[in-house]
Amino acid sequence: MKAFHLFPIIFSMVLVLGACTQDTGSTASAPTDTASADVKGQSTVQDDLSSKNVLQVAIGSKDHTTLVAAVQAAGLEDVLVNAGPLTVFAPTNAAFDALPAGTVEDLLKPENKSKLAGIIKYHAAPGNYQGKLLKDGMMLYQASGHYVKVVRDGDNVTVDGAKILGTVQASNGVVHVVDKVMLPH
Amino acid sequence: MKSHQGLLPFLSFLFTAAGLFLVSSCGNQGSTTQQQGALGNDAASQVYVAPGEYDEFYAFMSGGFSGQIGVHGLPSGRLFKVIPVFSVDAEKGYGFNEETKPMLNTSHGFVPWDDSHHPELSQTNGETDGRWIFINGNNTPRIARIDLTTFETAEIIEIPNSGGNHSSPFTTENTEYIVAGTRFSVPVPQSDVAINSYAETFNGMLTYVSVGDEGEMDIAFQILLPAFDYDLAHSGKGKSHGWTFFTTYNTEQKNTLLEVTASQNDKDFIAAINWKKAEEYIQQGKFKEMPANWAHNVYNEKTHTATSTMKKKVKVLTPEDCPGLVYFLPTPKSPHGVDVDPTGEYIVGNGKLSADLTVHSFTKMIAAIEAGSFETTVAGIPVLKFEDVVAGVVKDAGLGPLHTEFDGKGNAYTSFFITSEVVKWKVGTWEVLDKASTFYSIGHLMIPGGDSKKPDGKYLVALNKITKDRYLPTGPELCHSAQLYDISGDKMKLLLDFPTIGEPHYAQGISADKIVPNVKKFYPLEENEHPYRTMGEKDTRVERDGKNVHIYMTSIRSHFAPDNIEGVKVGDKVYLHLTNLEQDWDVPHGLAVMGANTGELLVMPGQTETMVWEPKSEGVIPFYCTDFCSALHQEMQGYIRVSPRSSNIALKWSLGEEEPVQ
Repeated sequence: MKAFHLFPIIFSMVLVLGACTQDTGSTASAPTDTASADVKGQSTVQDDLSSKNVLQVAIGSKDHTTLVAAVQAAGLEDVLVNAGPLTVFAPTNAAFDALPAGTVEDLLKPENKSKLAGIIKYHAAPGNYQGKLLKDGMMLYQASGHYVKVVRDGDNVTVDGAKILGTVQASNGVVHVVDKVMLPH
Repeated sequence: MKSHQGLLPFLSFLFTAAGLFLVSSCGNQGSTTQQQGALGNDAASQVYVAPGEYDEFYAFMSGGFSGQIGVHGLPSGRLFKVIPVFSVDAEKGYGFNEETKPMLNTSHGFVPWDDSHHPELSQTNGETDGRWIFINGNNTPRIARIDLTTFETAEIIEIPNSGGNHSSPFTTENTEYIVAGTRFSVPVPQSDVAINSYAETFNGMLTYVSVGDEGEMDIAFQILLPAFDYDLAHSGKGKSHGWTFFTTYNTEQKNTLLEVTASQNDKDFIAAINWKKAEEYIQQGKFKEMPANWAHNVYNEKTHTATSTMKKKVKVLTPEDCPGLVYFLPTPKSPHGVDVDPTGEYIVGNGKLSADLTVHSFTKMIAAIEAGSFETTVAGIPVLKFEDVVAGVVKDAGLGPLHTEFDGKGNAYTSFFITSEVVKWKVGTWEVLDKASTFYSIGHLMIPGGDSKKPDGKYLVALNKITKDRYLPTGPELCHSAQLYDISGDKMKLLLDFPTIGEPHYAQGISADKIVPNVKKFYPLEENEHPYRTMGEKDTRVERDGKNVHIYMTSIRSHFAPDNIEGVKVGDKVYLHLTNLEQDWDVPHGLAVMGANTGELLVMPGQTETMVWEPKSEGVIPFYCTDFCSALHQEMQGYIRVSPRSSNIALKWSLGEEEPVQ
């Protein structure tokens, strides 16, 4: 599998992270209503030093802005930064563009949040599957509850029909860039 | 409780009935005050730190007889970490793994425990700076330095010619030195003499430990003094910078039943040491080089390994050879704590059997020295006249004053053990302003920066020895306790009780802002210089050298490499060198091996640690990760096959059935 470098990444990532990160580390304040909705998740942790997690890898890639927008619309950022391990199949912007016109816009609507979340989870497998661990014919259990089939032909690997174009190691798993949006069927 | 074992029997000897009355009346008074305080003033909201929010201060509580330091937050009281210092800690592998065993080496060999009393933050210009915290080991005299970027013990230095390192490790204004005075005088050098030759053959030694720019400690010099008990110390600041004050008791020089025999003199001494003068004498070569034997243990953050070096001599100054080096200030009733106010002018002697506090004036002391006005000399040391140096007396404040801290607003706060209370008084007028009960039996007290030039006078923490009925009971052994008071107003207000590890003997507090920006998240793997590091899975291997087998192992979520190992034999000494390849905040991996006669490894990202395991019988031994690291943490396991000594099974190691690492 050839190397696939996603990395002129860090500057844009810091910008995006900064924008979505709330202030941590403020000192004691009067009691607040912690039951209210505005609870900070793990994706708001400020950490520019650690190796990049799956979400940070995706955010840092200019080819995955649609995926990142979808992850954020579905409210799945915190899952992608937890300890993992996760194997994420990350469709490129071109892959999303290949969907029928209006599909992405429709999915990003608030009322379709759970449907969108289901599709994204269909792209993630709990586990650390990379290299030769992706074997021909194996069935991967996805976070959506579905199984998808791996097909290997030499160094060419497809998962549920989506071809792996390259792979990036993340601190909490691995990101396989794929050429197609996978849809539960 | 431990430090007052002498005091309690003495008091019961004198005041049995009165003592019982005091204890019971304190208890009643206490619960009333607490209820009124908590409900009447909304104490709960003052200590509430919402989920995800930070405390305003760190509090470093000595673990007392646990030998460790507990790191708490204020005002919440929450416990964040127990830093292993002088005692082994199987949880963290401290003193069990090969890398940290040398930290506990001494001239007596490996000592797995000590009694840690006084944490002391480093200072710059008399203010806490958040670089390091020092703490004394009382039993086998030592001082440790903890690095506050990693919250790990970085260095331990043994103090020779000492017999109980209690008046330690109080710092000078710029952490030029930290001091170590012996509580128990001993023969110097140690020798086989009759105990009742104490007054003739024993000595008390004060030690100045220099601290370098990187924190590195060395014994700069020692000062040989009469055989008293040197109990506590504080160095001067501001105008009194250049001096250190040590309290003494047992100026009677007795060696048995001290609870009575050492309480005969109306006044003992505060020893005032002119350490700048000492530097001049060292420069002039006025010291004697004495043979000694002491360990200097340093943890290297790059090799992740400690080394222990034995040192063989010390420079000793004697007052007879060094005029102007030491003066004695008469101070009533076996003074315990000696505390210098933020201006450096006032030196508070807390006469622990007294109802009063004696406060000396630094200005008057210097004037008396310049006038040559001495009452007498003891062992060649001038004794100043009490009336020449005393600035004032805080009258009838309580009974049994121990320690005083300051709020930076002109007030002082003194703990009184016998009457279980904190007394607030005005520096300069000596009037008592307020009293607050503690529950029960306060020893030290702490205000963040309260022994520096810049106290942060918002909170006071009482460090209590006895809790009795304050918490749910846990059998005969009960927790010790800290109590948080709001001191921002005229009256002290009790806000919170919280339990601590061991004995919270003394504590130091510091604004979190001085520490948080410098705290490290992990160790960069590329900086790892451990001789047995493994920088990637492709470098993992097993090597045999006679009966020694070295396993170069790595961990990353969520597997060890290798995880199947064969070729180990009964009678081998197996070194498991585990490098944690993670470079992610808060992702340690642990390693436990069935039957290993040691603690686990707990390896931080980028770090290498080594476990020695000597398999005693053949079989297949599982090992696993102990620190929950991912959703597949439970799968982070492996096997080592142990074959008979006579077998000829080759070393073999692998990870993944189709990808042998070999």
